Amino acid sequence: MLLAVAALPLVGAAASAALNSRPRASAAAGFGALGVSSALGAALAALVLLDGGSASIQLRNGIPALGTFSLAVDALSAFFLLVISLSTACVSIYSIGYMRSYEGKASPGAMGLLVNVFFLSMVVVVTSTNAVLYLIAWETMSLSSWLLVTYDHGHDPGSIKAGNLYLVMTHIGTALITLGLIAMWSCQAGDRSFDFSAFVGVGGLMPELLRTAAFLLLLAGLGAKMGIVPLHVWLPEAHPAAPSNISALMSGVMVKTAAYMLIRTVLTFLEPTEAWWGLLLMAVACLTALAGAIASLQGRDIKRALAYSTVENMGLILVGLGACMVFRAYYVMDPAANAFLGELAALSLAACMYHCLAHSLFKGLLFMGAGAVPFATGTRDMDRLGGLAKRMRATSVCFFVGALSLAAVPPFNGFVSEWLLLQSLLMARSIADPTLNLLMPAALAAVAVTGAIAAAGMVRVFGITFLGRPRSEEASRAKEVPAAMRAGMIAAAVLCAATGALSFLMAPMMMEAPSQIIGISADLGDGLTLRTPGGLSSLTPLAVAVPLMAAVLLALALSRRRQAAVPTWDCGTPLGPRNEYTSIGHSQPLVKVLSSFYRPHSRPAPDGSRTYWRLIYAPVISGITWVSHKIALMQRGSVQAYLAYIFIVLLVLLVVLR
Amino acid sequence: VIAEALQWALLLAIAPAVTGLVRKTKARLQGRSGPPVLQPYRDLRKMFAKPPVVSEDASWVTWITPYACVAAVAGAALLVPVALSSSMSFMGDMIALIYLLATVRMFTALAALDAGSTFGGMGSSREMYIAAIVEPAMLMSVLAVALVAGSTSLASVSAAISSMDAGALVPMLPLAAAAFCIALLAENSRIPFDNPATHLELTMVHEAMLLEYSGRHLAMMEYASMLKLTVFLAVLVSVFVPWGIAPSADAGQLAIGVAVFIVKIVTFSVLLAFAESARAKARLFKLPDLLAMAFILALLAVASYHMLGAA
Repeated sequence: MLLAVAALPLVGAAASAALNSRPRASAAAGFGALGVSSALGAALAALVLLDGGSASIQLRNGIPALGTFSLAVDALSAFFLLVISLSTACVSIYSIGYMRSYEGKASPGAMGLLVNVFFLSMVVVVTSTNAVLYLIAWETMSLSSWLLVTYDHGHDPGSIKAGNLYLVMTHIGTALITLGLIAMWSCQAGDRSFDFSAFVGVGGLMPELLRTAAFLLLLAGLGAKMGIVPLHVWLPEAHPAAPSNISALMSGVMVKTAAYMLIRTVLTFLEPTEAWWGLLLMAVACLTALAGAIASLQGRDIKRALAYSTVENMGLILVGLGACMVFRAYYVMDPAANAFLGELAALSLAACMYHCLAHSLFKGLLFMGAGAVPFATGTRDMDRLGGLAKRMRATSVCFFVGALSLAAVPPFNGFVSEWLLLQSLLMARSIADPTLNLLMPAALAAVAVTGAIAAAGMVRVFGITFLGRPRSEEASRAKEVPAAMRAGMIAAAVLCAATGALSFLMAPMMMEAPSQIIGISADLGDGLTLRTPGGLSSLTPLAVAVPLMAAVLLALALSRRRQAAVPTWDCGTPLGPRNEYTSIGHSQPLVKVLSSFYRPHSRPAPDGSRTYWRLIYAPVISGITWVSHKIALMQRGSVQAYLAYIFIVLLVLLVVLR
Repeated sequence: VIAEALQWALLLAIAPAVTGLVRKTKARLQGRSGPPVLQPYRDLRKMFAKPPVVSEDASWVTWITPYACVAAVAGAALLVPVALSSSMSFMGDMIALIYLLATVRMFTALAALDAGSTFGGMGSSREMYIAAIVEPAMLMSVLAVALVAGSTSLASVSAAISSMDAGALVPMLPLAAAAFCIALLAENSRIPFDNPATHLELTMVHEAMLLEYSGRHLAMMEYASMLKLTVFLAVLVSVFVPWGIAPSADAGQLAIGVAVFIVKIVTFSVLLAFAESARAKARLFKLPDLLAMAFILALLAVASYHMLGAA
C-alpha cells in the first residue's frame, strides 16, 4: 500500500506531462492520480494508527556509506501522513476544476508533474528513515514548491520575486538543518550511520554545548520553513503568490512537515532534559502566534491575510510542542514521582499534533475558498468584493465553516485542538516551580489573545469578502464555481466538522504517537467524552454540536416562510459600496491599539513584516553585500593571480597537514 | 440530571426578569419610574409574534444567526451550576463556555456586516476589537479559580470553593472576581464599555449590530443577550461566590439553593445597575487601559495563589 502511495504520483506526473497538449485530460490525470494516492495514504495512515502496525519499503541505494534508504510508517509518521493525505485529497478534487482558470495561460503538464513530485516528496519527508534520504526529499519539496510558486509568472510577475525570497530562505533553512543533523551524527557512538535508528537518543552522548547548538540549528532551520518570527518574512509573500490550490498545499500541508521533523529530531534524537529549551520554544511560539495574528488584520489581499494566519497557527502548534518539552523535562527529573507530568507531556504533544491536523484541513479549505473568489471575480482585493454569499452559496458556506474552525468555534476541529492546548497549559500548576507557574499563565494569555484576534481577523475576511453589497462590477457579476471545485471544498468542510464533533473517535489515534515518541500515553477519555489526564476536565464535542446543528436546521427550515425583503435603511443616504465598512476600516480600532507591537512607519504599513525586514533583514543583507565586495577584490580575472592563489593554498595545506 | 435540567430551565426563565430588574433599578437611580420588571417578557412575546423584515442585501448568514445565537447561549447555560453545585459539566468546561459565548459574538458580528449598512460595520468592527482585548482577562480570571479546584469544570470549581472557608481564599478570590466583573461588563456591552440603552451612532456597539433585526429575529437576538447576561451573573454568583449553593440534589437543600441563588442574583443585578449608573461610558480607545487592569488583577490572583497557596 505504501508502495502504491509512492508510485501513483510518479505515474500521475508522467501521464500529466505526456498529456500536456490536452489541458483537461492532463489536469484530470495529474490530479486524479494525486487524489487516489492521497486517499490511499489516508487509509494507510488510519490503519497504522488504529491497529498499531507499520508499513515499510526498501529503496535501492548505490552508496552504502549513506546507510539504508527506506520508507517506514510508524505512529508519528502515520499521523503526519494522515495530515498530508486528507488535505491533499480534497485539494486534488478541487484542482481538477480550478485548473480551468489556467487553460491557455500556463502549462497544465508542468502543474501535474510538479504537484505530484511535491506530494511525493512530502510523503518521503515524513516516512524516510534515513537522514540523507530525508534531506534529498526535503530539497525536492522545496524546489518543486518554489517552481509551483512561480507557476503563473507570465501573468503575475510578482511571483518571481516572492519565489526568489522563498528560495533563499528555504535554503538557509536547509543548510541549518543539515548542520544540525551533522552535529548529531558526529556524536554517535560506535559505527556512525545516517539511519535515523542510529540517531535515537544521541542527545545523551553529545557535549552540552553541541547539544544546545544542534537544537538551535534545527529550530531555526525547520522554523524557517514553518514561518516562526523573525524567519517568517517569505511566507506571506510566497504562499499567496502561488496558484490557490498550491497555496492550500503549502500553507495547509507543507509547513507541517517541518513540525514533524522538529518533533522527531528534538523529542527522540536530542531528548531534551532542560526545561529552558521548551520555554524558549514557547516564547518564540507565542511571539509568532501574536505577530501572525496581528499582521493578518492588515491589508486588503484575502490570501495574504490567510498566509499570516498560517504564521499564527504555526505559533500555536509550537506552543504545544514547547509545553510538551517543558513537562517532559520536569518528568524525567523524577519519573516515579512525576507520572502526572508525563501524562501532561503526552497531552500537549497530542494537542500540538491535533492542531496540525485541524489547521491542515481548515487552512486548506480557506485557501481553496480564497482561490474560488478570484476564479469567479478576478480579484483578491477584499475591498472590491462583497455580496458573494448570495451569488456563490456553496463556496461561502464552505468558507464560513473554515472561518469558524479557524476562530475555534465549537464544535469545529480548531476548537478541539485549542481546548486540548489550553488544558495542557492550565495544568502546568502541578509543577512546583514559581517561575514556571507565572510563565505558563502568560503563555495562556498569549494563546487567548491570539485566538480572539484570529476571530476578529476571520470576521473581517469572511464578512468583507462574502457579505453585504458588492463593491465592484466584477463582484456583482460573480457566478458559482464549477462542481469539482465545490466538491473539494465541501469535502474539506465536512472533514473540519467531523474532526471536531467526532474528535472522540480520534482520541486513541491522537495518543499513538506520544506513546511511541516519549513513551508515555495518557487517557484521553472514553466513549463520547474527551477527558484530560486524571479525568479533571471534560468536553463532549458532540453534545455541543447537536444544539447548534439543530438551530441551524431549524433556521433553514423556517427561512422558506414568507418574509418581507426591503432595502437596508442607512439614514436616507443612497445605498452603495461606500456605505459599507472596508477591510482596512473593520480592523482599524484593533490595529490602532496594537500598533506599538508591529510599529508602522509613518502610516499603517500594508504588511507587518516590514518591521522585521527593516530591523533584521536589511542590515544582514547590507553586511553580506559588503563582505562580498571585499571578497570580490580577489577576483581579478587574470590567470596568473588564480595560479598564485592555488600555489598559496597548497603551501598552507602542506604546512598545516604535514 | 433532572435537578440539573430544572436549574437550566430556571436560568432560561429568569433571564428577561434580570434584564428588567437592571433596567428598573437604573431608571430609579436616574429619577424615572421605569418600565415594570416584567416588561421584557411582554416585549419579547410581542416581537416574537411578528414576522421578520430582512434587508435585500442579506444572505443566509442573517437567517441562521438568531437561531445559532440562542442555541449557543442556551448550550452555555447548561454548563453553569445555578442552585446546585453540579451541571451538565461532562458537556464542557469553562473554556467551552467562553468559546460558546464567543461563537455568539462571532455570528452577531458577521450578521451585522450582512446588510451592508454603515452602522452594522461599525458595530461589528468595535465588537471584535473589544472582544480581542477582553479575552485574556476573561480567561485568566477563570484560570485563577480553576487553580483552586484543579479542574476547569464549573461544577467542580463551585463545589470546591463552596466547601472552603472564605478566609482561606483571600486575596486570590476577590482579585479574580474583580477581574471577572470587569470582563463581564465588557462581554455584555454594559457601561463603561458600551451603552445598552443608546442609539446614538457615535457610541453604539452592540445595538449597532442589532439595528437590522426585526420581529421574531429581534426577539431572539434580544433574548440571547439577556440570557448571556444572566449566564455571566450565574457564573459570578455560583463560581466566585458559591456559598449557599446546594451540594446535592436533595429537595430541601435544593430549595435553599434556589432561594439563595435568587437573592444573590437580585443583589448582583442591582449592584450592576449601580455600577453602570455611577460611571460614564468610556472612550473607545480608553478601554484597553481598563481591560489591562482586569488582566493584571487576574494575573495577581494567579500569582497570589501560587505564592501564598490556598489553605
